[in-house]
Amino acid sequence: MEHRLPERDRPWMMRTYAGHSTAKKSNELYRSNLAKGQTGLSIAFDLPTQTGYDPDHELARGEVGKVGVPVAHKGDMHQLLDGIPLDAMNTSMTINATAAWLLALYISVAEENGVDQKLLQGTTQNDIIKEFLARGTYAFPPGPSMRLIADMVAYTVTEVPKWNPINICSYHLQEAGATPVQEIAYSMSNAIAVLDAVRERVDHDLMGKVFGRISFFVNAGVRFVEEHAKLRAMSILWEELGRERYGVQDPKHLRFRYGVQVNSLGLTENQPENNVQRIVLEALAVTLGRDARARAIQLPAWNEALGLPRPWDQQWSLRIQQVLAYETDLLEYPDIFEGSKVMEGLVGELLEGARAEMAVVEEHGGAVKAVDYMKSSLVDSHRDRIRRIEHGEQIVVGLNKYQEGEPSPLVEGEGGGILTVDPEVEIQQREAVQRWRAERDQAAVDGALQELRRVAQSDENIMPATIAAAKAGATTGEWSQALRDAFGEFRAPTGVGEAAAGGSDEDDLAALRDEVERLAEALGRRPKILVGKPGLDGHSNGAEQIAVRARDIGFDVVYEGIRLTPSQIAASAEQEGVHVIGLSILSGSHRELIPSVVTALRERGVDAPVVVGGIIPAADVQPLKDAGVSAVYTPKDFDLGAIMRDIVSLVSSRHGATAGA
Amino acid sequence: MGRGDDLGARLRDGDLSAAAAVLNLVESRTPADRAETAALLHAVSPAALGGEARGHVVGVTGPPGAGKSSLLSELVKGWRARGRSVAVLAVDPSSKRSGGSLLGDRARIVFDPEDRGVFIRSTAAGDRLGGLAPATRAAAQALSAAFDVVVIETVGVGQSETEVAEIADTVAVIVQPGSGDVLQFLKAGIMEIPDVLVVTKADLGEIALRARRDLSAALRSAGSRDTRVIAVSSVSPVSGIDDLVDALDAHRASLDLGTRRTATRRAGALADFVVEHGERGLRAVGGRRAAVKLLAEQDPRADEPALLRALEARL
Repeated sequence: MEHRLPERDRPWMMRTYAGHSTAKKSNELYRSNLAKGQTGLSIAFDLPTQTGYDPDHELARGEVGKVGVPVAHKGDMHQLLDGIPLDAMNTSMTINATAAWLLALYISVAEENGVDQKLLQGTTQNDIIKEFLARGTYAFPPGPSMRLIADMVAYTVTEVPKWNPINICSYHLQEAGATPVQEIAYSMSNAIAVLDAVRERVDHDLMGKVFGRISFFVNAGVRFVEEHAKLRAMSILWEELGRERYGVQDPKHLRFRYGVQVNSLGLTENQPENNVQRIVLEALAVTLGRDARARAIQLPAWNEALGLPRPWDQQWSLRIQQVLAYETDLLEYPDIFEGSKVMEGLVGELLEGARAEMAVVEEHGGAVKAVDYMKSSLVDSHRDRIRRIEHGEQIVVGLNKYQEGEPSPLVEGEGGGILTVDPEVEIQQREAVQRWRAERDQAAVDGALQELRRVAQSDENIMPATIAAAKAGATTGEWSQALRDAFGEFRAPTGVGEAAAGGSDEDDLAALRDEVERLAEALGRRPKILVGKPGLDGHSNGAEQIAVRARDIGFDVVYEGIRLTPSQIAASAEQEGVHVIGLSILSGSHRELIPSVVTALRERGVDAPVVVGGIIPAADVQPLKDAGVSAVYTPKDFDLGAIMRDIVSLVSSRHGATAGA
Repeated sequence: MGRGDDLGARLRDGDLSAAAAVLNLVESRTPADRAETAALLHAVSPAALGGEARGHVVGVTGPPGAGKSSLLSELVKGWRARGRSVAVLAVDPSSKRSGGSLLGDRARIVFDPEDRGVFIRSTAAGDRLGGLAPATRAAAQALSAAFDVVVIETVGVGQSETEVAEIADTVAVIVQPGSGDVLQFLKAGIMEIPDVLVVTKADLGEIALRARRDLSAALRSAGSRDTRVIAVSSVSPVSGIDDLVDALDAHRASLDLGTRRTATRRAGALADFVVEHGERGLRAVGGRRAAVKLLAEQDPRADEPALLRALEARL
C-alpha cells in the first residue's frame, strides 16, 4: 500500500514562543505549557537581553520584561529553567547578537545541575544577517558578528554535539516584505556566508557534521500552496548546496531541517478572530507534504496585532497544532504531492527565481557585503505589498474588504484581550541586577572579563572564555560591553536611502505632492519630518515605509533608524528644525517611552506635533494623546496615503496662522 | 531688534544654542525671512566682527561608500576631545521626482545628545544643479562666527569638491582604497586638487598603503607638492584621526584667510545675482567681467547680501 504509511508518523515538536516579566513568572508559564502537552521550549528574551544591556541601562528603559524574559546573569537562567529536566528538554532560544552568551549561561546552568553539555539539545537562533536586514537586534559590526557565529558552530560541533548552533531565518525576511523568491534566495545566501566563515575555523572532515547541524527557521504565509512549494524548493537547494559547495555526502547531513513560526505580518487588528483561520491555513503550509514537513512548529496567537498574548491565547494556538497532529489523518500518508504537476511547476518557478537572485547576491560579494542591496530590495517589496493592499489588489478580509462586522467579543472585557506587563517589573529587575553585582565575587568576574577581552582581540574561540564569565557571575551587559569595546558599535543600513522612488501609483502621489508644494511655499522651506524608533525595538519595517512614502510626496525626511533614546530624538528634532515627528514602537514600551520623548522635546523648546504608529492597544490611545501626541496609528491603518494626508494637514494647520509671515 | 539681528548677536556672543534657529531662518525663502537672513549675515560680517569669523570651515566630500559618515563620526570625537565645538552641515541629494529627500547621514554620526558643543543639520541639495543647498553658504558663514569648526559634507567626486571649495577654507576629499576613478580624475585634471586627501579603511593594511602611495604619486604628477595624504581607520581600532585633525589645522594655518573668504563672498554674491536676475541681469550690469570688477572694488569685509545689493544697484 504505497498510499499509506506502515505506521503513523510521530508529530513534529510543538512549541510556544513564550516569556515575559521575570524569570520566575516565565518558568511558571513554561511548566504549565509543558503540562498542556507542549513538547519543546521556545524562549522569548526581552529586548535588553537580546541587544546586550542590563535592566538598569538607559536604553533598557521601558523594555524590561516586555517582549520576553529578562536574563541578566546565570542566577536568572537558573530560575528560568528551574525544575525542567535539561537532559530531556529541547530548547529553542530566539537570541542572536548575544547568542554565545545565552548559550554559555544555559551550559553553565546545566552543568551546575549535573547535566553534561554533551547531552543538551536545542537551538540558538544566532542569525545576525537577518538582524541587519529585518529585526534590528544586532550589537556588533558584521565581521565580528560572523566570527562569533563561526566560533559557536566550531565549539558546539564537538562539545555540544546535539545543539543546533544556528537557525538561518527566512522568517523575518517575509515579515519585512520578502517575496517567496527573496525569502529563499536571501536565506540560502545567508547560510552560505555562515558556512564559508565556519569552513575557515573547523577541520575539513567536520564540515559534513557542521552542515548537518545547520537548521532553518522559516515563515509561512496564507498563500499556503505556494508556501509549501517554497519549502520543497528550499530542501532541493539545500541538498544541492551541501553536495556541490561543501562536498557533503551523508544523506542524513544533507536533509533540510526547519522549524517554523507562521506569519504575523498578515494578522489583522480588525476582526481579530479571523486570524485563527489564517494561522490554521499557514500551519497546513508547513505540514501538508511529508517531504518538506517542519520538525518544530510554533504558532502565533490570534491577538498578536493587538498586543502581547495571554496564556489562554497561547494555549489556543497550541491546541491548533494538537488537533492537526492528533485528530486529523495528516500523519498517516507518504508525501501527498508526489507527482503533482502543480507542485512541481511551482517548485520549478521558485527554484529558477531563487537561483537568479542568489547569483545577484553572489555578484555583490556574498550576503555580508550584499546587506545594503538586500535591505533596499526588501523595503521595495514591502512597499509594493502595501500598495497592493491599499489598492485592493491584494484582499485582506476585514481590513480592505468586508470591513463591516459585529463587534468581536474576544476583545471585550478587562484589558482588551491582551497581556499587560506590570511596570513594577522593570524597577524590581533593576534592583535585582544591582543586588546581584553587589553580592558576587567581583574579583572572579573582573578576571573573567579581562580574559574575555583578550580572547576577543585574538583569534581564539570566544566560547570557553564566555562560559567562564557566565560561571563567574558576569552580567549580560558586561559581556556585551566587553565585546563592544573590542569590536566597536555598529549601526546597520536603513535601506530607505537606496529604495527606489515612486511606484505605479503616481496619480495618488501627484495630488499629495501638489499639496506639499503649497505647504512648502507657505512655510518658506520644504516640510521636514523626523522618523525614528525610540527604545530597543528593531522592527523598522513600518517606520521605513513611512519614511519612503514621505520622501515620495516631497517631504525632507530625517530618518534616524532604530534604538534611539528620547534625548537623541529631541536633539535631532531641534537641530534639524523638523515640522512633525513620527515615532514607531512595536515592543509595548510606548506607555513609558512616548511621554518621555514628548517631555524631552518640549524641554528643548520643540513644539512640532508628534504622531505615533505601532502595536498600540486601544486602551493606550487616550493616555498617549493626553501626554501630547497628536495622532496614533495601529495595524488597522493600512492606508499609508491616508496617514500622509493626515500628516500634511496636521503641519498645515499648525502653521496656518503664520503661513507666509 | 529683528530676528536676524538677534540671532547674529547671539552668535557673536558664542551662543551655540542659536544654531537651529539660524538654520531655520537661512533655509527659508519667504521674502521676509530673506531680509532677516541678510540682517543676520550683516551682523556676523567681518565688518561687524572686526575680522573674519574665527571658525574653521572644512569641506568633506567623496564618492558614496567611501566611509564619510563613519569618518566624520570619529572626526567630531577628535575635535571634541580637543575642546572644539563642531557644526556639521550634511548635504544630501534630493529626489528629482518629488523634490523630497531622505536625510540619513546624521544617524551614522555618534554623539552625546546632551553635548551642546555638537550641532548636526541635514539639508537637501534642492533643485539647484550641481549640488550645494542654497542655504548652506549662508549657514556656514553664520555658524563660523560661533562654532570652532563648521563642516560641510557633500557626496560625489569630480564636481562637488569644486562646489565645496567655493565655500570652505579647507577641502578634504575622502576616498577608499581601490577607488580608481579618483586617481584617473586627478591625473586627467578633471578634479580640483584637494587640500587634504584622506584614504579610509586603513585597517585593510597593505591595500590601503598601496592606495596611499598611488594617490601621492598621482598628486605629484598633477603638480601638487603640498597636499597631505592621510590614512585613517574609522572602525575599531580607530587610527589616523589625530593626524587628520593636525593636517586640517596645518592647512588652515597656512591660509591667507581674509583673501580666501573675501573671494568666497564675492563669488557667492555673483552666483546669487545670476540665480536672481539671469544672464539678462548680467548683461544689464555690463557683463560678467564688469560685475567681477565692481565686486573687487567693494569693501573686502562686506557681507554677501551687501555685495549682492551693490550689484543690484547697477540694474
